[in-house]
Amino acid sequence: MRYYLGKIGLFLLTLWAAITVNFLLPRMMPGSPADAAIAKLSQNGPVTPEMRASIEAQLGVPTGNPFQQYIQYLNDVVHLNFGISYSNFPQSVSSLVSTALPWTLVLVGTVTILSFIIGTMLGAAMAWKRGSLVDATGSVSSSFFSAFPPFWLALLLLFFLGYVAKAFPTSGAYAATSVPNLSWSFLVDALYHSILPGLTILITSLGSWVMGMRNNMINTLGDDYVTFAEANGLHQRTVMLRYAARNALLPNLTSFGLVLGGVVGGSLLVEQVFSYPGIGMLLFQAVTNQDYPLMQALFLMITVSVLVANFIVDILYGVLDPRTRR
Amino acid sequence: MTQAQNAHVTGTASGNPANGPASDKDKALEVATPPSNKGEHSQPRAKHDSADDNVLIRGLRVAGRSFATVWSVPKARFGIILFSLIILIAIFAPVLSPYNPKQTGFETNAQPSLSHLLGTTASGQDVFSQLIWGGRISVMVAMIAGILSTALAVVIGLSWGYIKSFGGEFVGFIVNLFLVIPQLPLMIVIASYLQNGGMKVIILVIVFTGWAWGSRVLRSQTQSLRSRDFVTAAAFSGDSAARIIFHEIFPNMLSLIINNFFGAATSAALAEAGLEFLGLGDSTTISWGTMIYWAQNNGVILTGQWALLLAPGLMIALLAVSMTFINFGVDRLSNPRLREGSSR
Repeated sequence: MRYYLGKIGLFLLTLWAAITVNFLLPRMMPGSPADAAIAKLSQNGPVTPEMRASIEAQLGVPTGNPFQQYIQYLNDVVHLNFGISYSNFPQSVSSLVSTALPWTLVLVGTVTILSFIIGTMLGAAMAWKRGSLVDATGSVSSSFFSAFPPFWLALLLLFFLGYVAKAFPTSGAYAATSVPNLSWSFLVDALYHSILPGLTILITSLGSWVMGMRNNMINTLGDDYVTFAEANGLHQRTVMLRYAARNALLPNLTSFGLVLGGVVGGSLLVEQVFSYPGIGMLLFQAVTNQDYPLMQALFLMITVSVLVANFIVDILYGVLDPRTRR
Repeated sequence: MTQAQNAHVTGTASGNPANGPASDKDKALEVATPPSNKGEHSQPRAKHDSADDNVLIRGLRVAGRSFATVWSVPKARFGIILFSLIILIAIFAPVLSPYNPKQTGFETNAQPSLSHLLGTTASGQDVFSQLIWGGRISVMVAMIAGILSTALAVVIGLSWGYIKSFGGEFVGFIVNLFLVIPQLPLMIVIASYLQNGGMKVIILVIVFTGWAWGSRVLRSQTQSLRSRDFVTAAAFSGDSAARIIFHEIFPNMLSLIINNFFGAATSAALAEAGLEFLGLGDSTTISWGTMIYWAQNNGVILTGQWALLLAPGLMIALLAVSMTFINFGVDRLSNPRLREGSSR
């Protein structure tokens, strides 16, 4: 029980710290967020002080001393009130986020889980067949693929499969002529659009799971209990899966939790190349348009989801590995 | 995001306490070396001088032996050769490149030909020359960011692992905070706030967001070393914490630190390319990342000049691959169980 209480306490403390960092970050940087927005608006003509005041009020630019701002910010965070987007005025930040989130969750989430499962199985098989041709090819190609810059692989796939072979759509998450709905034909179309970005994310992320699992598994294979299980004449498959792989999986779970939490942030570079309307692209647009309310909300959302995922893994870890509870 | 994590997943594995035996062996070797060295220096000399010589020669021997171990792994050998080639190309760029990379005035958007091996850009610059010069920035950023974030990881990881008090808990809290904040979004947000800061800002952003994993790996190794007899002996003989950390523990973690350096440099090379590609770097310099940025902005996908995309990205991938492969050999130094060909 003490273990779990400690974890909960640490989680809350880290959550508070992350929320505070998100508050401080824009305030530590040179230039004020409001000035950036007003400079943009002033391109269409001079901005009088009255106009400035009304723009600030409309955009919800924080007023008061830093402490009051902080209290106001915490209050907004608790009520999930992130204000109005500068670049997509007058849409609220929340509505922009909720439009983009499903695309990212389905695409990046599915691919991440697939990548973890495939990578772990491959890694376990390679460690078991240590030194074989399978192991050699597997480890060379997985380190090669994970060294590919993801946006570069995305551009190559886009060029060769999208433009030259014309086998896949080149941008967006669905045909420009259709409106998102849950009909069968729309889902097939959306799946078709997700193949190239999905493939890119899968190829560039697979390698780290393969190598992580392989190295962990080689470590557990050297442990005494595996030798003991083998000496007892247990079936080879039982030794591999129930003894070695099971224990080798544990350290990888931590990384999986972190990566799964990061799914919410989308795959910025890949979404950018394929103009996929997910969170990653939204964040990039917020950055290039200096849309601070949107940027802050997205950043907070990404951080908090990683934190929560990490917390869940920590708790699970305590259940799965009793040694950590001590 | 997953890219950056790559080095870390393998990093966690080598940070496993299971690599204790290797460090034990290193220590044993080190302890075993001095007598033979003293034999070689039998002539009377100034005491101070010979002590320095001993340390130097011993250091060189350890380095030579370590290099031989790394070199004996075929993958690492390939990595070292590839890495040296890339460095040499970057150093001798002025000699190797046929044109000035910024020189405009050639035919624009030309397809590859004998005079322009990879064609020309939309503003009429020679792509092949840019490719050769572009390596300078990419390699430099990777090396400097790799060294700085490793140094930060060493200082924080070692003191976090050695000091058991409130200070340690606090450092742990900060490191964990950095670990959960996603690297790419943080990098992009900071880079956008500090726009047009040039290379220095890019390097600082990469270091600031990238040191935490290394410090966690080094910390767990420090924790397993600090209970060893030789550390206890040093503590009993009255050595200060700083001396123990840097004279006793640090040398035993060198292979892990080198491992961490190449991992950090790989992440840095990929991160730099990503930031440049998004246009958050200095788009007037010539690097592999900016080459892809300009290629995409000028619509080479539509004009069919695929070489403009393929070449710089391939160079980034090769730089990253070479360092990953070197790490296969360095892994062998720190974790005997990973040594290839050894029976399980």
